[in-house]
Amino acid sequence: MVIAPALFLLVFLAIPTAVIVQRGASVDAFADVMSSEGFRKAAWFTLWQTTLSTVLTVACALPVTFVLARFSFQGKRLLLALITAPFLLPTVVVGSALFALLPESMHYTASAIIAAHIFFNMAVVVRLVMPRWSQIDPELIHAAHTLGASTVRTFRTITFPLIRPALGFASTAVALFCFTSFGAVRILGGPAYSTLETEIYVRSVQLGDLNGAIAIGIVQAIFLIGVLYSMTKLGRRHTSPLTVNIQTPNPTGFAQKIAVASIALATGLIGLLPLLAVAWKSNSGWSQVFSRDTMSSLAVSARFAITASIIATTLGTLIALAIAYKSSSSQLLETITSLPLMISAVTVGLGILITFDQSPFEFRSTWWITPVAHSLIAIPLVIRIVLPVAQAIPQDLRDAAATLGSGAKDQWLRIDFPLLRRCLATACALSAAVSLGEFGATSFLTRQTNETLPVSIARLLSRPGDTQHAKAFALSTLFFVFSIGAVYLAETVRATRTKTH
Amino acid sequence: MKKISAIALSVLLLAACSGTSDNGSSTSDGPVTLTLLAHDSFTPSEGIFDAFTAETGITVNVVRSGDAGELVTKAALAAGNPEGDVLWGVDNTLLSRALDSNMFVSYQTPNLEFMDESVLRNIPGHEVTPVDTGDVCINYDIAWFTENNIAPPMTLDALISSTYANLLVVPSAITSSPGLAFFLATVAEFGEDGWQDYWKSLRENGVLVVDGWTQAYSTEFSGSSGKGERPIVVSYSSSPSAEVLFADPPTDIAPTGVAPLTCFEQIEYAGILRGTEHKAEAQLLIDYLSGTTFQSDLPLTQFVFPVHRNATIPDSFTRYISRPERALTIEYNVIAENRTAWLDEWSTIVFK
Repeated sequence: MVIAPALFLLVFLAIPTAVIVQRGASVDAFADVMSSEGFRKAAWFTLWQTTLSTVLTVACALPVTFVLARFSFQGKRLLLALITAPFLLPTVVVGSALFALLPESMHYTASAIIAAHIFFNMAVVVRLVMPRWSQIDPELIHAAHTLGASTVRTFRTITFPLIRPALGFASTAVALFCFTSFGAVRILGGPAYSTLETEIYVRSVQLGDLNGAIAIGIVQAIFLIGVLYSMTKLGRRHTSPLTVNIQTPNPTGFAQKIAVASIALATGLIGLLPLLAVAWKSNSGWSQVFSRDTMSSLAVSARFAITASIIATTLGTLIALAIAYKSSSSQLLETITSLPLMISAVTVGLGILITFDQSPFEFRSTWWITPVAHSLIAIPLVIRIVLPVAQAIPQDLRDAAATLGSGAKDQWLRIDFPLLRRCLATACALSAAVSLGEFGATSFLTRQTNETLPVSIARLLSRPGDTQHAKAFALSTLFFVFSIGAVYLAETVRATRTKTH
Repeated sequence: MKKISAIALSVLLLAACSGTSDNGSSTSDGPVTLTLLAHDSFTPSEGIFDAFTAETGITVNVVRSGDAGELVTKAALAAGNPEGDVLWGVDNTLLSRALDSNMFVSYQTPNLEFMDESVLRNIPGHEVTPVDTGDVCINYDIAWFTENNIAPPMTLDALISSTYANLLVVPSAITSSPGLAFFLATVAEFGEDGWQDYWKSLRENGVLVVDGWTQAYSTEFSGSSGKGERPIVVSYSSSPSAEVLFADPPTDIAPTGVAPLTCFEQIEYAGILRGTEHKAEAQLLIDYLSGTTFQSDLPLTQFVFPVHRNATIPDSFTRYISRPERALTIEYNVIAENRTAWLDEWSTIVFK
């Protein structure tokens, strides 16, 4: 079960990384980099902005996660879509939208970077924690209340321990995204702010200093292993039986209604404002939007996203199931599969470029190498989404089925798959999102024989003239609406499926 | 579960096979397809290569990837085993990096005799062929200066006077090629020991340094679509033409002006990548790129000047452009020797 994913990670991640490190690692460069002021500044900034961004993202996302997990209300799917869409958007789009929204005094500051991180990553917390939270048996909460526990106490002693694994993973994911943040830092922070990831890029690409870049890449990997390890400790899972298909109630009572409505509206507004800002700037660009170019880049983006999503979901699920079924080596396997998150995307991109350059392995110029690189980033996410649910599937169910004579295939189709379906949909959506939104370092790999939509937008924005920019903003608006629509549709399909089941 | 992994694996392998067969066009017989690697700003007219194909039977597949810096970095890593046959878009600030990595094979196109000595001086070995020139200059928002009754800055020296405090926005010299060109202009103007003080004064005078040209020009500059706060920006000598050509509503008055004494010369080159299997065809492509048909297409599609003397430059392009008589410049080998040290020093002065 782990052979295919292991082979995949070996070929497309481990080997290219080894090749590039072998080409560029040198002790001298290491010493030089460590003593440079630029590196120390970048390291310090990376650490504190990651910490602050993660804490604030979780703080902003928890109230709305609670509302979404516990209540049914009108516009719930739209709210979910509004929160999820930012994660799908290219950094160029979010960057220009936030510039339009934030006051002048916040441009090119650390606050702007952190605001962007919150805006991007709230989706991660909501999408990862909500499924878990909504599966907590409401009877547990009722029982606690009946026994006289306060709301705070109930949260602390019942809800929190149950969502802790999901919350732990969500924060880890957010922390990793912020740590390796690339586009947001470059666009919103300006050149005065750099993270280790942007330093790697600037050194290797802009300055042509591969040795220095590799040295920083190694330091970054060590840092990330530390972050990941501490977060895994923090989120040690307590698997508990989950209940499926719990009907969430409508909010009752005046106070509850007000609370739910205000949290939902406030969060929805955060998702909506940047869209309005971009739409407002697009005034005259619409006449040119539906050109052949646009349609073809839309098609390319969709093809990349679908390919990356299929690869990542398939391989990630296989690994997750392998871990869930035999827990002995699970810790090690989990750590190994988190590797893609630790290795700088620029490093992997450069590695792939010089590794797969000889036929019959000349993959660097094939179209699918880009979605493959995207899926490398998405696989660890898929694993962490699927794993907790897979582990919560009671072994008894499978044993009972086996006793009744059903084979492995039947068990998968009738027990595992229906229980996993919800989270598989989430995994698919998130990995497609990673691919669609990826415009940072792996864009380095992309060969624009046919441009993706984010790349088209960036190119239009990078040329002078009103009409070109208006077209870029019109495309961004399209992207925004398209993302919201896609998520909304996915939610609707899922909801009807769940009901008919 | 084994079955699933087997399926997944075979899907992967299938993808791998189909991917490589897509690319197996390098057989010697049949029509040849050349891959032209270029930066993202390479945007010639659609169908510009049709004439070339009709004439030679060779098709051209343009592959754009990243800015000029990315392009050169990738090509340097793949030197000897290139991703394409011809590369468009090394400029004089990056030339040394390209030549050091030995990524090109020399070729002398017959078009060289139609080019000025000034564009040929850097490349006695003919590793690359000049294809266009341009200038990076201070641009200003004419309306802003008229409204405020101030004369726009005409020299680099003027930018440190208090009249222009907090009005200038520039792209970073580290992450942007016009940013680097502007920095080199200051080195050319104030000398290798003088630019440090100039940049300290610029900083004290409130210069805003942003990541790239796009942000500087399209977001922070007041004279373009972003309607930002700052009326002075680093851009190209051709930017006013672009403003007119893409104006909405259409206009024939340029909203921005150029200060010709602040210009730094950029020369772009194209070259045949060492390791190509189609060297003879690649030479034909270089001839086409430096020939009059292609050269005449450059001004209005890429806002640069052709290097071929007989190329036609439309009036709508030149009308709004004031080119410097003598642009500032620094020899590419001097840039090569000092770039890293200069940029280190520059960033400590500007981002302290």
